[in-house]
Amino acid sequence: MNEQAALGARGPGQFAVRFAKGTVRFARLKPLAAVGSVIIFALLVIAIFDPLIATFPTLETHLTDRNQGPSATYILGTDNLGRDVFSRLVSSTKSMLFVSILSVVFGVSLGSVLGLVSAFFGGAVDLVVQRVMDGLQALPALIMALSVATALHGRADVNLSLIIAIAVINVPYANRLVRSTVLSIREEVYIEAATALGASPLRIMVRHVTPNTLAPILVLMTNQFAWAIIVAATLAFLGLGPREPTPTWGLMLADGVENAERGFWPPAITGSVVFITILSFIMIGDAIRDLMDPRLRGGTAEPGGQG
Amino acid sequence: MRTYIIRRLLLAIPTIFVVSVVVFFLVHYLPGDAALVKVSEGGRSAYSPEQYERAVKELRLDDPWYQQYWGWVSGLFQGDGGKSLISNEPVFSELAQKIPVTVELAVMAMVLGLAISVPIGVLSAVRQDSVWDYGGRLFATVGLALPEFLAGAMLLLTLSLSFDWAPQLVYTPFFEDPLSNLEQFVFPAAILAFHQAALLVRMTRSAMLEVLRQDYMRTAYAKGLRPAVSIVRHALRNAFLPVITIAGIQAANMLGGSVIVERIFSLPGVGAQVLQGLESRDWTVVQTAVLLITIVVVMLNIALDVLYAWFDPRIRYQ
Repeated sequence: MNEQAALGARGPGQFAVRFAKGTVRFARLKPLAAVGSVIIFALLVIAIFDPLIATFPTLETHLTDRNQGPSATYILGTDNLGRDVFSRLVSSTKSMLFVSILSVVFGVSLGSVLGLVSAFFGGAVDLVVQRVMDGLQALPALIMALSVATALHGRADVNLSLIIAIAVINVPYANRLVRSTVLSIREEVYIEAATALGASPLRIMVRHVTPNTLAPILVLMTNQFAWAIIVAATLAFLGLGPREPTPTWGLMLADGVENAERGFWPPAITGSVVFITILSFIMIGDAIRDLMDPRLRGGTAEPGGQG
Repeated sequence: MRTYIIRRLLLAIPTIFVVSVVVFFLVHYLPGDAALVKVSEGGRSAYSPEQYERAVKELRLDDPWYQQYWGWVSGLFQGDGGKSLISNEPVFSELAQKIPVTVELAVMAMVLGLAISVPIGVLSAVRQDSVWDYGGRLFATVGLALPEFLAGAMLLLTLSLSFDWAPQLVYTPFFEDPLSNLEQFVFPAAILAFHQAALLVRMTRSAMLEVLRQDYMRTAYAKGLRPAVSIVRHALRNAFLPVITIAGIQAANMLGGSVIVERIFSLPGVGAQVLQGLESRDWTVVQTAVLLITIVVVMLNIALDVLYAWFDPRIRYQ
């Protein structure tokens, strides 16, 4: 008891040491995920401080320096209009992360609430909610996202319409996961104990069931980030994101491929950035899933949870 | 078994109904009103108010939404999918031309995907934690991180820069010129197969790992069966069922991926048609094509479940 009090008294210093130790342990256990985390952290920093990091305004064209390879002036070369690829990548990081993170958070939250409600009420409510989820899942996710994004295109803010489109396809996965988790938690002994103590169903739901669904929800979220990036970039690639000249990874890639014979650099670099970002999220997702549930080691979940 | 199939088919009806309602409302929410699309078809920007009125009447846009919905659905049952707003062709006959393209693409991708992934997955599991295993897992992770649009764009880039190859602009049916047809399909199918294989490698590997620890595997080894035979005949056979199930579910998702590769490699399939329909606001085509895709997916899922139940009687009675 004394020892614990002493530990607590050391406060922030102690916390920092423990945090550092935990980080080292994580890095040793899951080196790839650690690298992925560093990359995502770097992307977050870039997203926040993008005006400071970008070396040129994103729309500034240098017509004499078109389609150049990397150099001291243009760190990652220039595109077909002589725009600095590095600066464009930097300034589009924010919307990319913003869209994918918010869409997953919204979609998974909504799906989780629906899953809780569905499992809690059961009966007709469950039946109706699950049939709607069946319907949402029956459509290939990409086609669903495409349709929603097109329907909203030009009516709502572009980023908002992308967020809604990607959130919609996340809802059924979270719903299924939470519903089945709740149904299995309900069989646990501690729920029986709470019932025996006279706790109301609502109290059991809020105090005992909901907290226990958080871990699987978090795992699902990390797995879905990679997928959200994929869908967001795909939609942008197809022209459903922000329009030219606003830079987005998908649009830059589409533009680069179109002008490939004039310069190989822009599409190759943009493609690599997209690839590395997705890879980082997958690495983190895999590691978190492994750490949370050792039974799933080397398991099969795909981003998108379709596995 | 029969009750199981009937129950699954009955459950499919609400699913398809939900999708039809969702699609109907999404499509009616598409920016650009259908009558406007129709009167301005072919880029004619000048039209008289009477023409517009006539288009509204013809498309029955002044009816309440439930009548429009009913008109669409009952038309489908009578074999009438309406007419494309852009080309004025009946939607059904337009789709009928596109279906073979997507089916060929999907079948090729599926066969290719299974042919790549099953050996890699088996090797990865049998030699767990070896170089082979790391290679297999690396392949799987890279495949997952390379979505169709990225892999397709990169492949197209490499092909056009290094080999001066470009996708043909005109589709050649297989029976007209098999070689040229295969040349058109091999790259897009490879892209779909790669993404597909990535997932299947993971699935095969984990299913194999589980099976390899079973008692009957030890028995097989103990009675002196050659490792190769015991792996193929005892392990793979049992591990294959979940793999096939995932492959089937993925076949549905491949229809989503086909939208991208059909666009990138200029193949006139159903996916490209949906995309084009969305872009040109040709909503009669979109709603019918999307519903068709859904029905295919739902039926595929039922077929898989039935297959699974047939193989594994425990499922039937749940």
